[in-house]
Order: sequence, then C-alpha cells, then structure tokens
Amino acid sequence: MASEQVKNSAFDTEAASCLVKELRHTVLAGKTKSYEWRVSQLKGLLKMVEERDKQICDALFSDLSKPEMEAFIHEIVLVKNSLKVSLKKLKEWMKPEKVKTKLGTFPSSAEIVPEPLGVVLVISAWNYPFLLSVDPIIGAIAAGNAVVLKPSEVAPAMSSLLKKLLEEYLDNSAVKIVEGGVSETSTLLEQKWDKIFYTGNGRVARVVMAAAAKNLTPVVLELGGKSPVVVDSDVDLTVTARRIIGGKWACNNGQACVAPDYILTTKQFAPLLIDSIKRELLKFYGSDPLNSPDMSRVVNSNHFSRLSKLLDDDKISGKIVHGGQTDKSELKIAPTIVLDAEEDSLIMNEEIFGPVLLIVTIDRIEDGIDFINSRSKPLAAYIFTNKKQLKEDFVSNISAGAIVINDISLHLMVDTLPFGGVGESGMGAYHGKFSFDAFTHKKAVLRRSFLGDAPARYPPYTAGKLRLLKALLDGSILGIIRALFGWS
Amino acid sequence: MDDDQGMRRSVEELRQTFKSGKTRGVDWRKAQLRAILRLIEENEDNLFQLLQSELGKHPVESYRDEIGIVKKSVDQALSCIDQWMSPKKGWLPLLFFPASRTMLPEPLGVVLILGSWNFPISLILDPLIGAISAGNTVMLKPSELAPNCASFLAKIIPVYLDPKAIKVTEGGKEVSKQLLEFKWDKIFFTGSTKVGKLVMAAAAKHLTPVTLELGGKCPAIFDSLPNSDMKVAAKRVASGKWGACCGQACIGVDYMLVEQNFATTLIEELKKTIKMFYGDDMRNLKNISRIVNKVHFDRLRNLLEDPTIANCIVYGGSFDEKNLIIEPTILLDPPLDSEIMNDEIFGPLLPIITLDNIKESIEFINSKPKPLALYAFTKNQIFKKQILSETSSGSVTFNDTMVQFACDDLPFGGVGESGFGRYHGKYSFDTFSHEKAVLERSFYLELEPRHPPWNVFKLEFLRSAYDYNYLRMLLLLLGLKKP
Repeated sequence: MASEQVKNSAFDTEAASCLVKELRHTVLAGKTKSYEWRVSQLKGLLKMVEERDKQICDALFSDLSKPEMEAFIHEIVLVKNSLKVSLKKLKEWMKPEKVKTKLGTFPSSAEIVPEPLGVVLVISAWNYPFLLSVDPIIGAIAAGNAVVLKPSEVAPAMSSLLKKLLEEYLDNSAVKIVEGGVSETSTLLEQKWDKIFYTGNGRVARVVMAAAAKNLTPVVLELGGKSPVVVDSDVDLTVTARRIIGGKWACNNGQACVAPDYILTTKQFAPLLIDSIKRELLKFYGSDPLNSPDMSRVVNSNHFSRLSKLLDDDKISGKIVHGGQTDKSELKIAPTIVLDAEEDSLIMNEEIFGPVLLIVTIDRIEDGIDFINSRSKPLAAYIFTNKKQLKEDFVSNISAGAIVINDISLHLMVDTLPFGGVGESGMGAYHGKFSFDAFTHKKAVLRRSFLGDAPARYPPYTAGKLRLLKALLDGSILGIIRALFGWS
Repeated sequence: MDDDQGMRRSVEELRQTFKSGKTRGVDWRKAQLRAILRLIEENEDNLFQLLQSELGKHPVESYRDEIGIVKKSVDQALSCIDQWMSPKKGWLPLLFFPASRTMLPEPLGVVLILGSWNFPISLILDPLIGAISAGNTVMLKPSELAPNCASFLAKIIPVYLDPKAIKVTEGGKEVSKQLLEFKWDKIFFTGSTKVGKLVMAAAAKHLTPVTLELGGKCPAIFDSLPNSDMKVAAKRVASGKWGACCGQACIGVDYMLVEQNFATTLIEELKKTIKMFYGDDMRNLKNISRIVNKVHFDRLRNLLEDPTIANCIVYGGSFDEKNLIIEPTILLDPPLDSEIMNDEIFGPLLPIITLDNIKESIEFINSKPKPLALYAFTKNQIFKKQILSETSSGSVTFNDTMVQFACDDLPFGGVGESGFGRYHGKYSFDTFSHEKAVLERSFYLELEPRHPPWNVFKLEFLRSAYDYNYLRMLLLLLGLKKP
C-alpha cells in the first residue's frame, strides 16, 4: 500500500506532460514513420512473444488462473498471428491508394496517403490483459505512431510484466508503459492525444470520450454488452452445446466481451438444450468444476461479490437449473445456468461478465429478433440454426458489432473481419488491416498541373460560365463543348 | 418547433420510422435522393436568390459551391448506391472450413446533422445525401446565422422528402443544446473547433460517434514559378481566398508562404488578379460575397485595425459597414504572434509570410495545429514529396485550391484540430453506416481439440492450426506425429 502511494504521487500531470512531450519529439523527428522502424518494432514484439511465452502464461495464471491452453490460443497465438499478418502486409498497407478523378478537375491525379496520427494512448482491460494490450499496440506501431500503454491494474502481474517486457524489446523513445489505476488514467486523459483506444466498459468509456472531446481526440471504444445466442430447434445439439460452452466458460470463464450472455430458445427446446449443455460440461470440466484446472477464476473479490449478488437476487431464487456452487477463497464460481429469470432482475439487465449463463424462453424462435432489438446493441449476436430464412432475417434485422452463425466468438480470430461494436457496444474497429486504419489518417492528395485552367471557375461571372460549370460538373463532354462554343 | 415537447415527439417519430424498417429499402433511399435532385432543380432560382441576399453570393459561385456540388453528389449516390449497399464477401483460411465471411453495411439509426452558415445549402444537403444513402432517419439543424436559407430548408424539405424520416429544426444555440441532449446514433457537425468540442462532449454521454468537420488555418505554399505558371497559380490562390464565400470557407486559403525575393512578384500578380476578378472600386466590388453578419464583420475589422497589422497592408483594407463588405486585402509579414496569424481568419484578409527559403514552410506549418487543407504551388518534385511526408493535414492539393472538395473519390475531412471523420462519395455512405461483420459456420467438421479438457496434444494441434500447417494437423490427428 505504501509503495502504491509512492507510485501514485510520482505520476502527476507534470510527469504525464513530460512523457507526451518526449514522444511528440520522437514523432516530429520522423523516427516512427519509416517502414524500417515499424518492422523492427513488430519484429521486436514477435521476438518477445516467442522468447517469453512462459512468463506471459505465468502472469495470466497469476492474475486469472487462466489455463495454459487458453493463454496460448486466445492471447499468445492471436498476438503472434496479428504480428505475422502486419509484417507480411505492412508494405501494402502503407502504399498510397490511387483514386480516379473527374473531368471537372482534368488534368489531375489523386491519391489517398496513409499517415500516422501521432502520439496515441491505449488503455487496455484485465480479462485478456496480454492480447488487449499488445494487439492495439501492433496497429499503432504498424501505422507509425508513438504509443503509451496503460494496462489494467486489475491484472497486476501482467501489468508489471508488460512494463518489463515492452521496455526490453521495444524502442523506449516511442513506446511507453504507465502502470496504475483510476488516478493515473485520469492524469493521462488530461493530456492531448492524437487517438485514444479504450477497451472496457460503457461507464468508463463515457469518461474517456468526454475527456477526449476537450482536445478533439478521436476515440476507438471497444466495449461489451449482453451478447445473445438464439438457438433454434433444428440444430446439431451436441455441437451447439460444445460451441456455447467453448465460447462461454472456455473463454476466461465468461469474462470476455464477446461471451454469450443469454440464450434465447423455445420453451419446448430449452430442456433438451440444457441437458445437452450439462452433459458436455461434465465432459469438459468433470463433476467438480470448481477444482477443474481447465477453467479461469473470477478475477478478484470485487467481481466475485458482484457476481454473487447477481445470483443472490431474490428474483432468481429457484431459477438456477445448474451449478451455483462458489468458492470464495479461490474466487471460483461453477458454470451456472439460470432459466427464465424475471425481466426486472439484475441479471437480466446487467452485462454478466462471468460464469453464469441465462436462458430465456420464447414462444416462437422468430420472437428472438424482437427481444434482441428491444435492448442495447450488443458486441456480438449469435444464432444456431439450419434455416436459411431465419439466418437471413437475423443478419438483416439485428444490429450488432458482429454476427456469427452456428459458432461463438470465432469471428475475432478472422483478421479480415473488422472487430468492434456499435451503439452501446462501442465505436471504431480493429484487427488486421482495420487496426492499421484505426491509427491512420487517410490524407487526400490532389495533384494538378498548371495546364487546362477552366476560366469558368473565376470571376467575372457570366451566364455562359454558369452553363459551362453545369456541364463540367455533369462530366458531359458534349455539354462542355456546347458551352464552350456558346451553342447552348 | 417551438417547445421541448415538440422536439421530443419529432425525435421519437424519427426513431419509430427507423424501427419500421422503411428507410432500409433501396427503393426508399433512391426515391429520397431523386427528391433532393428535384428539390434543387425546381428551386434553383429561389436558391440563387436566397444565397445572393443572405451572403451576397453570385449565382455562378452558388452553383459551383452549393447547388452543383449537391447535384453531383446525388448523381453519384444514385449511380453507386446498389454497389455501396451490397455485402462484401471474402476469403477465409481453410481452418474455418466450411464457413463464409461477409461485411454488411447497415444504417446506424437516427442521426443528427448540424450545418454551417457559410455554405448553408450544401453543408446540410451534402451530408444528408450520405445519411439517406446509408438508410438512416435524419434530423437537420441548419445554422441560424443564415436564417433565410434555414427557413427555406425547413419549409421545402418536408414538401420533397419523407417527412416522417427527415426533419428540420430551426433555431440557435439553445435549440442545438436541446437537440444534443437526445440520444443519436451519429452526429455530423460542420463548424468551429470550439463548438466541435461541445458537440463531442455531449455525444460522449450517449456513446454517440461523431464526425467533426472543422477548419483551421489552411496555408498555401507558393514556390518561385515561371511567369506563365505563376499567373495561373495567382488566379487559383485568389479563387481559393476570395472566390468561395469571400474567405469564409473552411478550406479557403488562410495565409501564404513565399520566398522573400519572390514576394513582390506574387503580390503584384495577386493585385492584378483581384482587379480582373472583382474590380478595384470599393463601392462597386463585383462577384464577391459579403461578410455574414455584423459580429463577424467587426471581428475582421478589429483584426485589421490593430496598428501592427494595419502597417502591413499592401493592398485593400477598406470596409463598407452598411453592406458588410470588406475589400480583398493583402498583408505582408504581419507579426507572427498577432491574432491574425494565430486564429482562423475566415474572411478576405490574406497574410503573406516571407521566408528565406521555401523549404522552411514545412517547419512553419508544423509549428501550428494541423490544417484541414494544405495547398502548395510548386513544380519541384522533391519538395512535393517532402511536403507530403513531413506535414500533416486533412488534404494536400498541389497547384490548385478548393478543387479537392469536388473530387468524390477523395475523402474529405480533417485531422487533429481540423476535425475527424470524413465524407463525400462512398465515404459519406460509410460515415453513416456500421460495417457489420458476419461469420457463418456449419455444424460439420467440429475440430475436437478446440474444447477442454486441455492436454498437450490439443495445444500442439492448435499451434499447427494457427500456423495453418495443415499437414502437421493431419499427422497429429492420425496419430502419426507425436505432440
């Protein structure tokens, strides 16, 4: 605690402003702009991931009891992939894009030149503390920016490991890490950034965006929400159950922004689905899931009591159809299923972000669409069905960051799909080329020659000039000729 | 709209209309776009008159900067909308087989467009084209500083466009404030940096994404040029300074940078051009817009009346307070710490800053906030390259001014202090769309190692999978390779 305070007092507004000044200096010197620098940093990260994967896994275990397997496939490998794609494609991404110009500006040529935004701030989250810190940094570096990372203090082991590793493997004059909590974040947010990339919740996102407004800083907000899963009755039950479990409990025990929050299914089908989820859960985690090594724990006691409160709500007593066991000392909650909680219960209205899965029954599966649309737009919406029409209706009528048909969370592994929310689930997107774009300004460039100067543009204005202008804007060659010769 | 209640009802109706799904159909979108075209074609004379009376814009100028721009945007939207709306399908690695990936643009919902007074018609209708193309319902708030145009739009838009989906609210600061209290799915704002900050802060409460089209001091670098090119260049600078709403344009030339020994030549040519374009009789200036109102007129006059600035006037400097006209004015080397060199001028005053070497202009520009547009007149290819890579601005135009605005395939928007987000052409559609990621899988080919209980085999299998090493995956599955 004492050392915590020392740290807090050390990072004040002056320190923050010094930090940003130093980075701005690096950017102005043009260092981060070159292809070579970007590649060297991306390679540095790749080296870091390859050499230190053990330490990364250990930190993830210490912060979240994350099983090594999850640590690998959801964090380390995704970061590695992201780096490989960026290294392979960077040259192509950095190329100016030629665009066509119209007759009205003839002779001319136009292009869109990607340029770095400058100095950017990445504020990451605790649930995937490695991935959500490094993946945005990859985009920021690929785009040629200097970066400050503020990792989440809720995952302290990863926070201090990142500080150590990034300092060791990256250019310290362009990439900095500031550890800390609310006070450090507020101090950082007072500074002027050229972009802020925030992963977290809607409440803090509003604070971040309001702070950004003072300096006209654009933001990417990666938030969450209650992501629904519609399960039709014509599905392969076993595969569906496995994929739901895979996306819910095998992804950081439900503490993921794209985790299924609730399932919508028909009254008749619900018992079948529940049975099959129970059966597969048993196969995955055994009969004593609290002691399964293959499941993460709840991150800390705050979240543990938040989740306990959701389950202790009178409105859902008697609705728990599976699980419900907790172990406060180990911060573990067993996979829990709640059937038809009351509409006004806490759990029906808050993002669960933990190992509790809601099942909501509806009369007809088509009603699922209205149910989802009556709530805030989620980050992801899932549907399991074999019906073509239902798929189409779901895709065209549901607004969500992403839609996945017959699987869960898999979209975030596809680097050719933009990953990001809409409405309450956030704004802006990243992954692959979209990460590069998120940290890039696309500068419009128009090149003209001194030839072909159309006098119609200039005063003194006449009726003939108006006619010529109309023809020019129309791009009609005949019209231009007629206007030029005064035939119209 | 007179009361808060009325505004609430309007916004509610826009939301209901959006929910009904009516605005999503391509037919509705096209019908509305065609209606905009009809609106401007059938009311062209009216619009000419309005713009003439409100801002003193000559019809040719009005056509070039407002009516023509809108017509061109509608034409393009109509011819491209099917393509813009179509889902983009893409390739997926074999690992995901069988699966498909799509990016599907969808409307954001109910959007708010806040217009500006300097181009009171096009800065409302041009973003509206994007919002409609993308399938949104829209609330428009034209600027109260061009009141006649605002009431004309409020009157005419419900006549031509679907009144349940597109509404206009008239009013000033208070009304804007009220509007900003509501939850919008996007706010598109054109105006000043100061108000831009307020708009974004209000948007933050509802997590509403914003596009901010602001301005800034747009520089024009003027390299030494051969005489014939210099004449063309001077015309283009004059047109970019005085030709568009008398300098009251966000992409208008704010100041010029020129080499010391070339300054006199440039100034002489500019003087000649001004005389040719606008005449030199202050009482009878032609083809030039007036200052929008007394407040701005006084602001500009105060800038000039500062004695350190008044000394720098090398051309013009006269006012006509009654008619709100300010003469095209050229200033040579005003002090760099003066107001005129630090605030956006937004009027017909042109400071010319001399440098020892034109290359110094890069440093000069970098010492100021990032401008919306940067103009450079030069034939030096190396210098062009340097400008491109060493400065930052919304856009760069070589050897011309303003024309980038009319180029649909170029994104139009700022960076840093000049705003963020972009529009025009396809970018307008994107600005008002959410690109939804859609991934479809089948129930076949469930890869067992995806799921717990975890073991070494599964880890090795997944490692190979992520490396897209299909042979190794196969060997592992067949037990022919040890993990």
